[in-house]
Amino acid sequence: MSGSDTAWMLVASALVLLMTPALGFFYGGLVRSKNTLNTLMMSVSALGAVGLSWALLGYSLAFSPGTPLVGGLAYAGLRGVGLEAQGTIPHLLFMSFQGSFAIITAALISGAIVERMRFGPYLAFITLWSLLVYAPLAHQVWGGGFLARLGALDFAGGTVVHVNAGAAALVAAFMLGPRKDYARQALLPHSVPFVLLGSGLLWFGWFGFNAGSALGASPAAALAFANTMFAPSATLVMWTLLDLKRTGKATAVGAATAIVVGLVAITPAAGLISPLSAIALGAVAALPSYFGLLFRARTRLDDSLDVVAAHGIGGTVGSLLTGVLAQKAWGSPTDGLLFGNPAQFGIQCVGTLVAIVWSGALTFGLLKTIGAVAALRPSLRDEGLGLDVSQHGEEAYARDEGAILILSEPSPAPVAATALAAATEGGRA
Amino acid sequence: MKLVVAIVRPDKLTDVLEALFRAEVRGLTLSRVQGHGGETERVETYRGTTVKMELSEKVRLEIGVSDHFVEPTVNAILAAARTGLVGDGKVFVLPVEKVYRIRSGEEDQAAVTPVPETADVG
Repeated sequence: MSGSDTAWMLVASALVLLMTPALGFFYGGLVRSKNTLNTLMMSVSALGAVGLSWALLGYSLAFSPGTPLVGGLAYAGLRGVGLEAQGTIPHLLFMSFQGSFAIITAALISGAIVERMRFGPYLAFITLWSLLVYAPLAHQVWGGGFLARLGALDFAGGTVVHVNAGAAALVAAFMLGPRKDYARQALLPHSVPFVLLGSGLLWFGWFGFNAGSALGASPAAALAFANTMFAPSATLVMWTLLDLKRTGKATAVGAATAIVVGLVAITPAAGLISPLSAIALGAVAALPSYFGLLFRARTRLDDSLDVVAAHGIGGTVGSLLTGVLAQKAWGSPTDGLLFGNPAQFGIQCVGTLVAIVWSGALTFGLLKTIGAVAALRPSLRDEGLGLDVSQHGEEAYARDEGAILILSEPSPAPVAATALAAATEGGRA
Repeated sequence: MKLVVAIVRPDKLTDVLEALFRAEVRGLTLSRVQGHGGETERVETYRGTTVKMELSEKVRLEIGVSDHFVEPTVNAILAAARTGLVGDGKVFVLPVEKVYRIRSGEEDQAAVTPVPETADVG
């Protein structure tokens, strides 16, 4: 057990947890004002639903010994997860750190289905998704499953988190169908400052995500930190140049998107490639996502906030380039294609493909099942009114004109009080 | 000349504008307003505070038209803004005493008749 490792991992876990509300603001700014709270709640509620399911069952399915596909039940209900060492940090801390990953991965999917999903089915979806899709894939890559044995490199979650969420997002957007106003009206971001605030906080939290994945206060963490800083810089520069070339104007929403794409792309490679490779990776990663976004907007696929382009494509590019740029000299277990080991590129392709197929197929089955039990979408009228009011009974930007205070709220409290008073009187008599 | 004032649902606005352009109605003013037209009030809760929201967001359109344009304008709005539920809004048609076009000083009928696009150039 190491004190310095423990200290760093405590901080890193908190940083990763911050990414989920940050994602809420990133997404919340991109939707119309009448759906702001619903979009934020899609992220915030994952902190509850997925956090709880992770502690009670998900962690065991991901990290306890089991089959090559999924872990066992040895750690269910946190049995045997205590303060003993797991590596150089307390087991409980390792479990918490991994939990913050499960939470944000589930929340990432929400970007594809904002402004049109009923909240109850959404909660059921992310809870079950984290158990049935995320936890097994985490086991396959990190928990000693078959991709781990195959030698697929994924430093901080390129396949487990981003390719996984991107594939689920593609399927979810397809199954829910487009928003009623999609391709009929201009659907504009209602608060671009929120989008930039969210992307900035995501970057901040991502240092915990990537440098924390070294699982200690080590040189590998320093490498991952530097790569997490400079790869997105390169993506941002490249994106700005593409914007300038295409429209003559560098957009703010584009900058926020570029930051996220760069962060996604460097994730699988963060502690495995040289800083110069990271800069090249960041710059290259801008291209497919940039043109993916442009292409998607011309299709009928309403992946509303472009989770597929940012996380699916960005994650895939990052995972594949990890197989190209990985270097033993920088701490990678194996070299990549560019350093004399072309086989690693093939292994990365297999790992990425498995993540896409696994996530896509299971997400399809899960949404079909939930859809058979409950309607996934609100009525057209509720969608028109906005999900803040129709799902949550609140508004993001409420005005007090016309709001009349209800003083006598019908609740069981007065009844109970009367009954109690009567009982006391009865006792006295 | 008449002034057509329409109060419609915000989520029907795009449909209404589309219908008006189809009906070749040009020149309108739009404002976001709040109003109450008898629809069921919404109940919202913030922590322990429960409130009834009596006012809903609406959009008000004001369109000055010459007499023979009143009917197509009103019909376009009626068809496009209707959902069939309480809260769809109202259309008012008001008489207008005098109209001036600021740019040219034209009056009345000439002031509410759109000029061909080329005349605006320069």
